[in-house]
Amino acid sequence: MTPLVTIMDLDKSFPGVRALKKARFELFSGEVHALMGENGAGKSTLMKILAGIYRKDAGEILIEGEPVDIASPRAAQDLGISIIHQELNLMNELSAAQNIFIGREPKRAMGLLLDEEALNRAAADIFARMHLVLDPRAEVGVLTVAKQQMVEIAKALSFRSKVLIMDEPTAALNSTEIAELFGIIRQLKAEGVGIVYISHKMDELKEISDRVTVMRDGEYVGTVPTASTSIDTIISMMVGRSLTEKKTDVPDLSSHDVVLEVHNLRRSNAIQDVSFKLRKGEILGFAGLMGAGRTEVARAIFGADPLDGGEIIVRGKTATIRSPQDAVRLGIGYLSEDRKRFGLATGMDVAANIVMPCLSKFLSLKIFLKAQAIRDTARSYISQLRIKTPSDAQEVRFLSGGNQQKIVIAKWLARDCEILFFDEPTRGIDIGAKNEIYKLLNTLAAQGRAIVMISSELPEILRMSHRIAVMCEGRLTGELAAKGATQEAIMRLATQRHSLTADTLKSATGGSTT
Amino acid sequence: MTTIVEKDIQTIVRPAVLSQGTWQKILAFASLIALLAVFSIASENFLQSDNLIGILQATAVNGVLAVAATFVIITGGIDLSVGTLMTFCAVIAGVVLTYWGLPMPVGILAAIAAGALCGSVSGTIIAKMRVPPFIATLGMMMLLKGLALVISGTRPIYFNDTPNFSMISQESLIGAVLPFLPIPNGVLILFIVAIVSSLILTSTALGRYTFALGSNEEAVRLSGVNTDSWKIIVYTVSGGICGIAGLIIASRLNSAQPALGQGYELDAIAAVVIGGTSLSGGRGTILGTIIGALIISVLTNGLRILSVAQEWQTVVTGIIIILAVYADILRRKS
Repeated sequence: MTPLVTIMDLDKSFPGVRALKKARFELFSGEVHALMGENGAGKSTLMKILAGIYRKDAGEILIEGEPVDIASPRAAQDLGISIIHQELNLMNELSAAQNIFIGREPKRAMGLLLDEEALNRAAADIFARMHLVLDPRAEVGVLTVAKQQMVEIAKALSFRSKVLIMDEPTAALNSTEIAELFGIIRQLKAEGVGIVYISHKMDELKEISDRVTVMRDGEYVGTVPTASTSIDTIISMMVGRSLTEKKTDVPDLSSHDVVLEVHNLRRSNAIQDVSFKLRKGEILGFAGLMGAGRTEVARAIFGADPLDGGEIIVRGKTATIRSPQDAVRLGIGYLSEDRKRFGLATGMDVAANIVMPCLSKFLSLKIFLKAQAIRDTARSYISQLRIKTPSDAQEVRFLSGGNQQKIVIAKWLARDCEILFFDEPTRGIDIGAKNEIYKLLNTLAAQGRAIVMISSELPEILRMSHRIAVMCEGRLTGELAAKGATQEAIMRLATQRHSLTADTLKSATGGSTT
Repeated sequence: MTTIVEKDIQTIVRPAVLSQGTWQKILAFASLIALLAVFSIASENFLQSDNLIGILQATAVNGVLAVAATFVIITGGIDLSVGTLMTFCAVIAGVVLTYWGLPMPVGILAAIAAGALCGSVSGTIIAKMRVPPFIATLGMMMLLKGLALVISGTRPIYFNDTPNFSMISQESLIGAVLPFLPIPNGVLILFIVAIVSSLILTSTALGRYTFALGSNEEAVRLSGVNTDSWKIIVYTVSGGICGIAGLIIASRLNSAQPALGQGYELDAIAAVVIGGTSLSGGRGTILGTIIGALIISVLTNGLRILSVAQEWQTVVTGIIIILAVYADILRRKS
């Protein structure tokens, strides 16, 4: 049988990154094929090329054996390829039917008026095919996320799609809704549609997919049949890269004071019963997949987002943190993963950014800025952290990512924060600057500052952490000592969903489906 | 080690490149000079000292309002209520001085305090209730217009019982000392307001946070700064300055005219924009705003001297605003 889709030796580079290196993929009609890999492994890039969103640099794509050039999303649609993004692209104020046929509305009265009736009938036909009970006239904005997803699928089907790509389709669904989605996927499969299913959730893959292809660092690792492969095997395929970085020595911290302690932190589904301790001089690595709730925990402790419940104890005293202002007063600093949005006023100069959290220290008569003192402080941090900038008066937006990150660090050092949350401290930073940031983190810890480092890069977690906490779906699924921790062990905790207890994990590894 | 790093920095120091704001100011200033040159060649009456003083006099009210608007616009907000707030404050001065017969300093303080209070109300609605600035101040604009009419009984309030009141804008303190420079007090007040505001923006914490709010409010909040309070303070200061504008206009007309005021906010915003302050926040200068206000008055005055009809003066002002902002966009692209 000729595969529906064959992708061979696909290359794709973005400025500074080789996203895909000779990537391969194959999809048969009537197959659910899972695509797996760590964050940044190239799954989404590969699928976006297939859907015509990106152009390939080199390589070949065959549809039913015929080489094709997919120049635009429109060309992909004409070839019968549809993609459903993780972020839904729907117009909330329009009805389900209007969303499905946007840009292709049936017309009447010589093309002057829209034929709303024909539109609703066509949408109802598609829903019937999906065995979905939904009024085509329902406003999309009031539907549940699951139903909205169904509308996206119906839209894909309205193009007579033979290939349906789904990127993390269950991210926002509860278990009943997931069952509903799986019902529809099975229905489509029976009709001969080929489905590419991107997900991190092992138990789901076990349930729905026929084969799994694993990618790592933009490269093809292998394809295995789901039923006869254990979760452990798939995990080791995902992380099996050689570790070249040197591990830092873990100091003995047992005699150090606990500076931060949180008990039973809760907020709706995002944070579920999270408790941990942080000692002076410690680097606690927070591992997990994207969306596991690590950023949410950090932001909640920092007072940037509200909490439903839980207790935060700073230096032995119960603290009430209602705003970042309260947190900063207690000596807690938060370095956001998104520097440009949350960390820096990029239109302002280096000095202004560095003194932002501690401007009150630089005022005479509590009103006037001490310009010279501000400049001196900025300059001392510029040389201490080796920030490459023409001057302290340079606007931050003209500096590189690594230097911007150093300015955010300088900001919190100038405020003299003892407890620092680093959220993805090396994201978007080149290798050289990365190593400098690592050195800086080690120095800060050695000086006695307590650090929580959130990172999605396992080698980074293993290299830097004195202790590793792992989160999945808002829960803390485990804590590992740095010594002896492996990528596999972290990954197992990071994918340990609530529905998947230790027992089912064991039976799944044993080969039976749950 | 430190010395090595310092040497590194010095080798990459480039000759100071003029920032965009500076360019815009230079361009605005050059346009002002060009306008002055064109009008003085076109009409010999233009450069007469009486006429020049008339131009300054005409700039006083709009200039002060534009300074008030500059604060708010730098935070990334907008204030549509500056015009009617000015009128409201004038009416308050009228009530205090003419109806209640209190001494002049009390009336002056009352007008400024009323402005600051209204500003703080706008600021609170924007910061705490999260109503977008455009809507909040649109509401305030209408609310204050109505209140000014209600309080005054829809009639002008004259300051005939307070003879010194006209001194605020009409007489010339500078002229008393330097007879060859009879600059009216209203203009003197404009310059004082401008210099103090400029000082606030460049060398105080309030100024720093004004720019920071417009540059990236969320980053400022996550730096542990109470952004809501600072925003309210900015609107309060802006409102107080509108109160000063109210005193100048009331003094010039020797009355509080409750129906006046609407439309002034647009002139003020135009001056701010021509002066190079970005409507998206984070950048702007008082000097630019003053130049912008002067450009508008020079244009109006010059066209009138050349006997261009009033209707056409408005058309030209509209074109100038669009051209000024377009020039800024072109430069930003390059």
